Amino acid sequence: MATDSQLATWEVFIQSKPGANYIHAGSVHASDKQMALQNARDTYTRRGEGTSIWAVPTSEIAASNPDDNDMFFDPANDKMYRMPTFYVMPEGAKAI
Amino acid sequence: MELLEKTDKTDKIHDDLLKSFEEKIDRDDTIEPKDRMPDGYRKHLIRQMQQHAHSEVIGMQPEGNWITRAPSLRAKQILLAKIQDEGGHGLYLYSAAETLGISRDEMISQLHSGKAKYSNIFNYPALTWADIGAIGWLVDGAAIVNQVSLQRTSYGPYSRAMVRICKEESFHQRQGYEIMAKMMKGTKDQQEMARDAMNRWWWPSIMMFGPHDTESPHTGDAVKWKIKRHSNDDLRAKFIDKTVQQAEVIGLTIPDSDLKWNEARGHYDHGPIDWTEFFRVIGGQGPCNKQRMAHHLKVHNDGAWVREAAEAYREKRDKQLLHL
Amino acid sequence: MTEQQSLFNYCLRLGDDALVQSYRLSEWCSSAPILEEDLALTNFALDMIGRAQALLSYAGTIEGKGRTDDDLAYKRGERQFYNHLITELPNGDFAFTIARILFISAFEYSYYNALQHSSDATLAAIAAKTIKEIKYHLSHASEWAIRLGNGTDESHGRLQRAINSLWMYTGELFEADEVEASLAKVNICPDAPQLRTNWKHQVESVLNEATVTIPKDEYMQTGSRLGIHTEYLGHILSEMQYLQRAYPEATW
Repeated sequence: MATDSQLATWEVFIQSKPGANYIHAGSVHASDKQMALQNARDTYTRRGEGTSIWAVPTSEIAASNPDDNDMFFDPANDKMYRMPTFYVMPEGAKAI
Repeated sequence: MELLEKTDKTDKIHDDLLKSFEEKIDRDDTIEPKDRMPDGYRKHLIRQMQQHAHSEVIGMQPEGNWITRAPSLRAKQILLAKIQDEGGHGLYLYSAAETLGISRDEMISQLHSGKAKYSNIFNYPALTWADIGAIGWLVDGAAIVNQVSLQRTSYGPYSRAMVRICKEESFHQRQGYEIMAKMMKGTKDQQEMARDAMNRWWWPSIMMFGPHDTESPHTGDAVKWKIKRHSNDDLRAKFIDKTVQQAEVIGLTIPDSDLKWNEARGHYDHGPIDWTEFFRVIGGQGPCNKQRMAHHLKVHNDGAWVREAAEAYREKRDKQLLHL
Repeated sequence: MTEQQSLFNYCLRLGDDALVQSYRLSEWCSSAPILEEDLALTNFALDMIGRAQALLSYAGTIEGKGRTDDDLAYKRGERQFYNHLITELPNGDFAFTIARILFISAFEYSYYNALQHSSDATLAAIAAKTIKEIKYHLSHASEWAIRLGNGTDESHGRLQRAINSLWMYTGELFEADEVEASLAKVNICPDAPQLRTNWKHQVESVLNEATVTIPKDEYMQTGSRLGIHTEYLGHILSEMQYLQRAYPEATW
């Protein structure tokens, strides 16, 4: 882990209300998990933005490579049968 | 960056990559940390973002000078919350800059060596309580004009940091203006303090937008790459136009006898800015340059043992976990 | 002293504890060892100002002479302040500040927990809000104390020195004079002396984990509840009250 005298970086994810997705808020520096959580709390939830926090060491994040975008993401573009609107429903059918 | 290694072999790749980068910029796509980007783009961003981050952090000092003397509990609370926000904004911006491969430690050491700058405005002293009003109203007011524009900057992490910052800053200018308005309605002493603060902070505030467009060395590429979305002079005009009216409402006079509405331009014309002073202060010869840096350096050095202790504790614990 | 006078005096004590703590914490702004900790300590200072406002406003209401929280914060002299001595000591280094937060928040944790059940509804409500803040202060300070104690030789030494020099100011936290005894009788305020055993357990468990030695109970300095302070308080007030004193006609 790349550390310097400013401590390691962590990525912070905040859940804004119970049941919501965790959304990336930004980063903090910390030397351990407890410190990362507290620093995230003091930095990113000062205005009541959160009900739950995840903090993950930045070095542990796997990120896709933009050069791979064609093989990673383009093949999903033509799979229309995954969408509900792809299907023709008989007229009059309800609640489907 | 490999993009600038100008060997024959890489020239073609280099051109292709630059082209695809520029197409992205033209489409108003945001650039993300792992995207290929020209070295100049990365360098410009690192310079600008860290300057911005250092400004937030150094900017805590002049206002911090008044925390213990704030004249009411409400005023103290607001001022503390505002300065804390500035620290937070520095933190967001350091983090955003770190996605470009520079560490916060490195940025801080560049600040200490003088390689990295911070906004000139913070080299002026906060002398009376009215200065807290003037800083909020004028300095934050000028900063916000710039920051709103930067929300649309092309680099994703920078843009996202700016969106968050703008949301949080919305009360900063109001609190400063409120202080000024209150003082202008107050005793003679208070009015005097407010006028004096206005007179001292006006010119440095409008210098915050930087040199005129014709003189600004960084504007060209920054505009082309959409790091910067508006020019220095456009932003300055926007700030002056709205501030003139606000000053009138509370009975303050802007210390510029040349200030008048220009119907044709649709903006106020202002008198000549003293760029000699601007460059002198940037060059280190301002009233508080040494004080601000000395404080930052002292805090950094005083805190070193704490950061070392935190690291040492983590290492010990990691070792213990290994032996369990 | 009538019950009203006792209650007024008692609210000032709690309010002043918060006010003076906020003052010292706010001095860390732009001076903490790392930016993240700067934000944390400022949050604590803000918690304390909020608490001071609530308690001093309530004191003003009890007194019934129209004094506001600001009047009470900015227009009383040294001998009319009743904050515990430990709150007014200069910040020292980061270890000193952490040790102080640890001692005070461990005390306040028991104290405000009990105060939630006060027969005085306003105090109970203030305590219910405050206890959440205190819980966080305690957790933050405990974790830092453990880090510093187990960190480097230097951090361990600094923490130990801080603990040693603060210890003589902890006895006062658990005193109760006639004012508090009379209020405790009608269940308005907690019985502070009873809380010490709990506090010592809590503090000991943290300090043991931090591998520092707990000092012996020797001389304990006291006096704050009678308005007898250290020399430091006067300087806090002359700075804090400067504008209000210099421009008595002005409103801010």
